Amino acid sequence: MSTTQTQMIAPDIVDMAGGDVRLVAWRRADGHLVFPKPLNDAAPVPLERVLLSPAGTLWSWTVQRFRPKSPPFHGSDSDPFEPFYLGYVEFPEGIIVEGRIDARVDVDKLRIGMQMDVTAVPIFTDERDAQVFAHAFRPVASHTTHSEG
Amino acid sequence: MSKVYIIGAGISPFGRHMTTGLEQGVAAAKAALADAGIEWPQIEFAFGGSWHAGKPDAALPSLGLTGIPFVNVANGCATGGSALLCAYSTIRSGDGDLGLVLGFDKHPRGAFNETPADWGLPDWYGESGLMLTTQYFAMKIQRYMSLYGITPETLARVAEKAFQNGALAPHAWRREPIDAERILQSQMVSDPLTKYMFCSPSEGGAALVLASERMVKRLGVEAVEVRAVTVRSRVNGSFEVFAPALDAESGPSATELAAEAAFAMAGVSPEEIDVAQIQDTESGAEVMHMAENGFCAHGEQERLIRDGETRLTGKRPINTDGGCLACGEPIGASGLRQIYENVTQLRQRAGKRQVKAPRLAYSQVYGAPGVSAVSILSI
Repeated sequence: MSTTQTQMIAPDIVDMAGGDVRLVAWRRADGHLVFPKPLNDAAPVPLERVLLSPAGTLWSWTVQRFRPKSPPFHGSDSDPFEPFYLGYVEFPEGIIVEGRIDARVDVDKLRIGMQMDVTAVPIFTDERDAQVFAHAFRPVASHTTHSEG
Repeated sequence: MSKVYIIGAGISPFGRHMTTGLEQGVAAAKAALADAGIEWPQIEFAFGGSWHAGKPDAALPSLGLTGIPFVNVANGCATGGSALLCAYSTIRSGDGDLGLVLGFDKHPRGAFNETPADWGLPDWYGESGLMLTTQYFAMKIQRYMSLYGITPETLARVAEKAFQNGALAPHAWRREPIDAERILQSQMVSDPLTKYMFCSPSEGGAALVLASERMVKRLGVEAVEVRAVTVRSRVNGSFEVFAPALDAESGPSATELAAEAAFAMAGVSPEEIDVAQIQDTESGAEVMHMAENGFCAHGEQERLIRDGETRLTGKRPINTDGGCLACGEPIGASGLRQIYENVTQLRQRAGKRQVKAPRLAYSQVYGAPGVSAVSILSI
């Protein structure tokens, strides 16, 4: 996907400069990785920006089958709703990150422990009719046999 | 340092009512005072908790403007246990001989709806649909089932037991038995949890009267001893509610920490507990909390539940009034409901849901963002 056309829901959650999608984590002075960047961090030493590996293993997952209340969910309670998948993926750097799971995946094949990589998926359109993207995960095997445009 | 006792316990039936949360709280407080055989002017201090139903000290005009210290406690789903800790510490340290602990709530319908900024989280976490407690519980049990071989049938059995016990508890909300098959077939809410495996936010009030050793002697009343009260928050490496990320290196949960500290404080081991009320936000939580509280090894729950060991007639009955599944979840009251139920069981006043001659009772309440409160009572 083109980085200029991908409007992420918030800045600096992912980094696409290298051609793939990498999650942006932050290393505290005590060595702990955190995600996302803490809002009100009072640490005297700036956090180190760390790009996580492009893939990890599925740690857990579920399906959101009812429309979350708005706010804080985008839109309004009367908007149409499609159930969405979400989960946590464990990265080699020692952090487990939560995110959407790409809706096009065959969810019957989701297995804890399977390899997942990072992508971005549109999750809603904003008031200017532009698509807003969130980071997401998808099973590695589901797409490695075809080329991505 | 004084020993601490519960000399009165009162409850306002859980469910959905026309009365306000405050009115339900006042009713529970008056019931606890009557149960203890004391009048409000004798109360020297009070702690009260409510998440959605206003400031608990608004009960003072109804109870009596006696000028006593009344502190409001807000600690999420662990509010009741946290308020109990405050009262316990007051008596134990000798700062008071007779106090009230009160909890009540009245929640709007539907799932809890929290604002990310209130929890130190960015707006996008809620905008993208990740700010839901239901997702946390579903993913925690999903992983647990995969690691330890817990089956969906076990989740259904826990809920089935809850509704059976609720039918025997006058203060419960859901009082109709629902069988395991119907629970399994009910609508999936957040895989693997179906509708009947989840508790619903509800309304209710519960209250306790606590007394020092010398006050118990002075009043000459029957008393249940508070052997331990602990509250713990999360450390790095535990998986708690509203977590955009967590450490891969796992550490103890808030519940494990609170449980361990409580057993040490009481000088008893999990094997000695006769009856336990543990957080059952959904049936998977009851399963996982059995192990986190030290009552079994991870995975052993499958056999224990299948063999009926957690039922009223089993070796260690769990959630004898149906827990949050049957009573619903009024946040400020649930922790105190658990203790009300334990006091009722210890005094052998539980009627049709009475457990055989319990001597030691345990409670554990848990909530976002990773707070757990445990109590151990004895008679």
